Amino acid sequence: MIRLTLLKLLQAVPVILIVSVLAFLLMSLLPGDPAVLIAGDQATPEAIEQVRRNLGLDRPFLEQLGIWFLHLLQGQFGSSLMLNQTVLSAMAERLPVTLSLAGLSIAITLPIGIFAGSVAAYYRQSWVDSLVMGVALLGVSIPGFWIAILSVIVFSVILGWLPSSGYVPIDQGAIEWLRSMILPAIMLSLFQIGFLARMTRSAMLDVLSQDFIRTARSKGLSEWVTVGKHAFRNALILVITTMGILVSTAIGGSVVIEQVFALPGIGRLVVQGILARDYPLVQGVMLIYGFAFVAINLAVDLLYTVADPRVRYD
Amino acid sequence: MTASSLVSIEDLTVQFRTDRGWTTAIEGVSFDVAEGDCVGVVGESGSGKSVTALSMLRLHARGTSRFARGSVRYGGQDLLRAPERTLRQIRGRDIAMVFQDPMSSLNPVLTICDQISETLCLHQGVSRAAARQRAIELLDLVRIPDASRRVDEYPHRLSGGMRQRVMIAIAIACRPRLLIADEPTTALDVTIQAQILELLRDLRAELGMAVMLISHDLGVIAEFARRVIVMYAGRIVEDAPVDVLFRAPRHPYTEGLMASMPALEGGAGRLYAIPGRIPDADEPIAGCRFGPRCAHVEAICQAAAPELVAIGATHRVRCTPRTRTSGTS
Ligand SMILES: Nc1ncnc2c1ncn2[C@@H]1O[C@H](COP(=O)(O)OP(=O)(O)OP(=O)(O)O)[C@@H](O)[C@H]1O
Ligand SMILES: [Mg+2]
Repeated sequence: MIRLTLLKLLQAVPVILIVSVLAFLLMSLLPGDPAVLIAGDQATPEAIEQVRRNLGLDRPFLEQLGIWFLHLLQGQFGSSLMLNQTVLSAMAERLPVTLSLAGLSIAITLPIGIFAGSVAAYYRQSWVDSLVMGVALLGVSIPGFWIAILSVIVFSVILGWLPSSGYVPIDQGAIEWLRSMILPAIMLSLFQIGFLARMTRSAMLDVLSQDFIRTARSKGLSEWVTVGKHAFRNALILVITTMGILVSTAIGGSVVIEQVFALPGIGRLVVQGILARDYPLVQGVMLIYGFAFVAINLAVDLLYTVADPRVRYD
Repeated sequence: MTASSLVSIEDLTVQFRTDRGWTTAIEGVSFDVAEGDCVGVVGESGSGKSVTALSMLRLHARGTSRFARGSVRYGGQDLLRAPERTLRQIRGRDIAMVFQDPMSSLNPVLTICDQISETLCLHQGVSRAAARQRAIELLDLVRIPDASRRVDEYPHRLSGGMRQRVMIAIAIACRPRLLIADEPTTALDVTIQAQILELLRDLRAELGMAVMLISHDLGVIAEFARRVIVMYAGRIVEDAPVDVLFRAPRHPYTEGLMASMPALEGGAGRLYAIPGRIPDADEPIAGCRFGPRCAHVEAICQAAAPELVAIGATHRVRCTPRTRTSGTS
């Protein structure tokens, strides 16, 4: 188990390297001269030259790359151009919002998606199955931003049940935090619930037709134990493999949702950064996203080996 | 149903839903299993052996199967119509099953201990610790070496033969009165086959349970059973004590099966095979369903479907010409 963890960590290193290089290339692949863009329209040639030197853009390419990695190793992501703070502190400020959103949405998605998919599989080809799969199809096909805006109109503007925007940190009261996050989280999870329900259904269908399910029934076990224990444990292995995709779409979707609900998270930060051409900031967020995806896939891999004794090394 | 019979099957007729409507997989199957008896069921692939066995515990997939006629009587109840709850108490406690493929019949993500204890906790209400102890004893009983270590392993760590032993341990955990073994050795190689059969024989003697052994191998049946039921195309064609059947088979199909058995004495090695193939469940055949393959077919065979006729106290045959001559002599 420890050996496997180390192995997986080792495999993650090249991916992280590639992500870092891509983030670096963002700077050099820009159309035009980044120093001119950063210094602004009215800058004098001297000022532009100053910016160029500050950013190290006057050095040879490989040297720039080397410096970039050196800074990364020291945890230096540079300073934001539009905000009066370092990239790292800007991201640290907004990370809790995005984590709240993604975490809450996954917490909503997992039980509902798995339950709905299992029920559909158990009652396959009945009206229950058709209903669940129909709703799931809606979930994956409705555009996220559209349903999100609609939900704001219904629940905040017309009914006035929930705040339409803004974020309340959890240390200012859990209830208030939940009220500010619940609608965005539900909107974010619609696609994922649909996706997960469909994955769970096909995994369950596969498992329910296996011989060991008949063995379980022949022992006198109830349907609940047969499906909830014998089938579910096996289906879970297949579901875990889709968890990586699930969490990744949650992070991707959070960019849109944060925008619609005006939540000050990483997603909103990067949109603002792109519009303001705040390149160090965009680079920083790119790196954070890259690391997050690598970490998620690592976690899924490890979870998978825990869930399936056949791939467990001891 | 005689006083000593444990399970009594009457006119069992099972149908499956297919694209062409309901097709009859087995029809009019009737036989008793006596307390402590040892019944062998033999027949070619597709003759309805598994369908019969699964019906006895109502283990067919729901919705796509139905019992058109008949009953399976056990302890004063009809298992085909008993409530699900009653049936669950009988499954695994009174009647247990071992299936053909030990590779796929065990749950890959649960330990051996888990899978044996489950039945014990369910039917005997023992604690988990006690169940674990019992599981180890059971593994010992089915001759798995190093049982106290093996008990915590997952099925994929065991060989096919070992897994089938685990399946048997699960089945006998609650000391059932009837063990149904559906081709328990078919998926195993020959030496392991012999070991598993020997184990089943010893366990039967030790626990005093009745065993219904299903096989398409007449050799296995000859060695094991006291009574043999021969099935063909979803029907019983002959039912006799094992010595009678091997000495004087009455049904042409049984004769064919015997002729196609490899001689143990090592004969010339030219194997006989019954010509033709087993008909599909819904294939229309006039009269006897074995008629098209039978070397002794007569006009009367095609006129009407033969009945299963008793030609002695313990011998039944479904063959119009054969039962007619024996009936008049
Ligand atoms: N679930 C099912 N749906 C439709 N038809 C079925 C089903 N199960 C069995 N049958 C049909 O019932 C007939 C008997 O099948 P069964 O499995 O009992 O044969 P068997 O004697 O056990 O053969 P084998 O030696 O291959 O195990 C076959 O014609 C088969 O096609
Ligand atoms: Mg079979």
